Amino acid sequence: MPLRAEVGTFLRTAWGRAYPRVIGMSREKSWILFDVLLPLLQVSAYVFIYRAIGAPREFTGFVVLGGAMTAYWMNILWSMASQLYWEKETGNLELYLIAPTSRMAILLGMALGGIAATTLRAVGVLLLGTLLFRVPLAPTSVPALVGVFLLTLIALYGLGMLLASLFLLWGREAWHLANLLQEPVFLLSGFYFPVRALGFFVALGASLVPITLGLDAMRQLLYPRMMEGLKFLPVGVELGALAGLGVAFLVLAHRALRFFEDLARREGRLTLRGQ
Amino acid sequence: MTWKEARARVEEAGRSLWVAAWLGWQIESNWTDPFLFAVYSVVKPVAGALILVFMYVVVARGGLANPLFPYVFVGNAFYIYVGAVLMGVSWAVIDDREHYGTLKYLYVAPVSVPAYLLGRGAAQTGVATLSTGITLLVGVGILGIEIPPGGVHGALLAGALVLGLLSLAFLGLLLGGATLLTARHNYFLGQAVAGALYLLSGVVFPLDVLPPPLQALGKALPTTYWLEALRRALLGDGGNATLGALPTGTVLLILGLSTAGLAFASVLVFRLAEGLAHRRGLLDMQTMH
Repeated sequence: MPLRAEVGTFLRTAWGRAYPRVIGMSREKSWILFDVLLPLLQVSAYVFIYRAIGAPREFTGFVVLGGAMTAYWMNILWSMASQLYWEKETGNLELYLIAPTSRMAILLGMALGGIAATTLRAVGVLLLGTLLFRVPLAPTSVPALVGVFLLTLIALYGLGMLLASLFLLWGREAWHLANLLQEPVFLLSGFYFPVRALGFFVALGASLVPITLGLDAMRQLLYPRMMEGLKFLPVGVELGALAGLGVAFLVLAHRALRFFEDLARREGRLTLRGQ
Repeated sequence: MTWKEARARVEEAGRSLWVAAWLGWQIESNWTDPFLFAVYSVVKPVAGALILVFMYVVVARGGLANPLFPYVFVGNAFYIYVGAVLMGVSWAVIDDREHYGTLKYLYVAPVSVPAYLLGRGAAQTGVATLSTGITLLVGVGILGIEIPPGGVHGALLAGALVLGLLSLAFLGLLLGGATLLTARHNYFLGQAVAGALYLLSGVVFPLDVLPPPLQALGKALPTTYWLEALRRALLGDGGNATLGALPTGTVLLILGLSTAGLAFASVLVFRLAEGLAHRRGLLDMQTMH
């Protein structure tokens, strides 16, 4: 196939897979309400804990920001990593595999659609949390903040694409594994407190999940004085590491998808349902 | 209804509950080997508890010696039951209707469906018991929370635990009724109820910290009295100034009465929802969750 036609097919596939996620946002409006309100309940509880122990007001900001970012991690677990398992259960996976297109384009479409839908929820949590709890916001550099956020998303969804490939092999384990990766990652990535509290080496290990570095950098840019003694790494280093992780995860996802698809095909797991 | 018929119904409900508990246990645990399952059951709740530990370490003066910490830790440990029981009971409707496609067969078999759903929740309750126990052991053994075995009020602990679990199970049945009539909203409904209970029942902070209207809502929830009684049994003090004046007997009485009311309401609502679902042809609905 000529390169131009190949690129066209790739882009159409990515858009085709992103489309139901983007359109799905407006089909069931009650989901948006739940998606914003549910994390907000958890965020509110953590805000009240910090208030009960007399934490400075900036900690409310830490929690609200972490609460908004939980939407992305949940999206990675349930709509990226486990997605090929759901597709297998509903009988779509074999259609994906026989379609004359790139599997990476399908994963990219899942990621782009997921980012669009999740950003709506994250913004809702951030806005409502900021207004309800009067969170102080004074970014030192808006372009740097936006840059950190975008690099975090690229690296994070790269990880999601890699996990989707790994999860291709699994049946019910996929559901349980996604479930297992919630609270431990909330803990290790410092969603509700500065990750430095876990110690340098634990934070370093947790940096494999890009939100760890992204959250730390965003907190430094939003609350420089409060993060003075609590920061994990300088923002510049975190930006570089996020860029590196993004590239590494995308390359690994490409290779892993081929490898695990082949393995699943040989072991007859691609069409196994109801496990 | 004659005595013989009533006895047959009770036996049928007991059998349904027992078989469902066994089935639920198999579904929950047989996806992996026992070791991995044990790790899975422990890691998640302990990680949840450790989030609170580090929030304290970073901020609270006195760190884990802060007097509020045992309150928070015990509340959080028992809250593990809330999600497990609520979702265990109500999710079984979605699981059986849409994933396994077996709900319709339950309705043509000599099975008590409410008892079956409560049984499915019992398996999750078993797993939650393991998680809660280990979380409390971590609290006492590693984090230094003082729960001297001699100082624990055993009868109060057992009574409060049973009443609280019953209350959660019937709340789960109520959600199960709603699930029979809805498509894919169960997950959100369950999470919303569990999240509201987390915020309003004083699970991880004293009720007194909440604004007055939310405090009033919290005081209307059985889980608030459940946690108050559990903390009194384990720590000797409920930790909520607003409930401190209530004698322990009154706390248990409120918990008992609200559980009885909830049981009556949930069975009634479930039966109504069941009838509606039957008439509307929703018992074998597929919404491709």
